[in-house]
Amino acid sequence: MTTPSRYWREIPQRYRLEANKCKKCGFVFFPPRLICSQCQNRKFEETKLAEKGKVLTFTIIRVPPQQFVDQAPYAVGIVELDDGVKLTGQIVDCDFEDLKIGKRVKIEFRKIFAEGEAGILCYGYKFVPE
Amino acid sequence: MRDVAVIGVGMTKWGELWEKSLRTIFVETALLALDDAGVDRIDSMYVGSMSSGLFVGQEHIASLLADYLGQAPVPSARVETACASGGLALRLGFMEVASGMSDVVLVSGIEKMTDVSGYEATYALGTAADQEYEGYHGITFPGLYALIARAHMEKYGTTREQLALVAVKNHLNGSKNPLAQYPFKITVDSVLNSVLVADPLRLLDCSPITDGAAAVILCPIEMARKMNKPVVKITGSGHATDSIALSSRKDITWLEATYQAGKRAYAMANKKPKDIDILEVHDCFTIAEICVIEALGIVEKGKGGKAAEDEITYLEGKIPVNTSGGLKAKGHPVGATGVAQVIEIVKQLQGEAGKRQVKNPRIGMAQNMGGSGGSTVVHIFERE
Ligand SMILES: [Zn+2]
Repeated sequence: MTTPSRYWREIPQRYRLEANKCKKCGFVFFPPRLICSQCQNRKFEETKLAEKGKVLTFTIIRVPPQQFVDQAPYAVGIVELDDGVKLTGQIVDCDFEDLKIGKRVKIEFRKIFAEGEAGILCYGYKFVPE
Repeated sequence: MRDVAVIGVGMTKWGELWEKSLRTIFVETALLALDDAGVDRIDSMYVGSMSSGLFVGQEHIASLLADYLGQAPVPSARVETACASGGLALRLGFMEVASGMSDVVLVSGIEKMTDVSGYEATYALGTAADQEYEGYHGITFPGLYALIARAHMEKYGTTREQLALVAVKNHLNGSKNPLAQYPFKITVDSVLNSVLVADPLRLLDCSPITDGAAAVILCPIEMARKMNKPVVKITGSGHATDSIALSSRKDITWLEATYQAGKRAYAMANKKPKDIDILEVHDCFTIAEICVIEALGIVEKGKGGKAAEDEITYLEGKIPVNTSGGLKAKGHPVGATGVAQVIEIVKQLQGEAGKRQVKNPRIGMAQNMGGSGGSTVVHIFERE
């Protein structure tokens, strides 16, 4: 079971898509980082993720983790956003037959899963067809 | 640095060992290794275990197992890099003997995975992925490798049948390994008709949940030369990391940590991919074997799928891969896998691999990988 602090400290990323951008090489990090993995620079500016992109790859989860049992089968993909950031998330409101690599999608704010009795309702980003 | 040899190996039958506890499985296995090496005392030991805490609710197993093996107060350390824990245990044991700090070191790996429910095991394995940015969105390990598989199929034209053939080959080899969890043959049809787990991967693309351990004894080469069996020395060791989140990688189909670890091991051993006679790789899913042989330079980028189809990775092929049956047929008790790979290589190099013996191999390689490729350990072995 997640403690509230573990949940709310990720909110800036999960709800508002807050990222940061290396001031030297321009690489965008999500979640934000303290040192650039590309050039080891430590100076960043705040930025937000592009909200649109394309599907790089996807799968349909048929054997889910316990917290996702009521949702299976569901699609999860890696999407490359228009700013170059790659993100893992569910692809929803889309028939499985219509899923393909290269498909344009946009980010929407949705419920991800419920932790169960007395647990937290967990929200975040999902992808829907553009 | 001193030359280091493997002088003893121990492995018991893998499977769902409901009647045996973690400590019993470990001690039975380690005793076989001690007997095989002809020693009853060791200077130090390493235990590779991904998650004894989540699988059996027991941390601090390095000391527990040293005690039950009758070796306390020797130093004992648990090593963790997800499914590459066993490989890393070997690397640390190798460094300790090579440095001269110890002479006789036991390197082991263990995982007891069936003391928890399927959901709990899925959760424990899932912690090898980025919990906040992958697991949070409902992805599983078969799911992560399915993402790799689909991208590989799109980019290189790898086919569903080629994936299946990796499992068919490894089960064919596994059918000749009496210690394997699933020592039987399967067909392409049975793979393609098995239940979908995470499209395009099906149940028979996946390695199983397994209880098991593996152990080897390392020592300086002069000591090994006094024994009455072929001397197998460790000539190359490489270890490298990558992002544990698959989405952070530049190319989702490319295992950079495996490439980097391989490069280091090749350089240390002064060998090239064409010098390798036999290879054990981390086929946790069929697509993994395909990507690994590409990253190790055994085949060209994008040609991994073709390798099983052309049978070059079969037992009689140009470069036999996973003669033990691999993780697929032998089983995958995560922390033990990297050490069991070493045992297969040593037995093959000593000519002791029974029905699956490759004809006179001299140089072998083992590649052990954690998570979706976030860590990899590669070793090269040579028979003197
Ligand atoms: Zn930078």
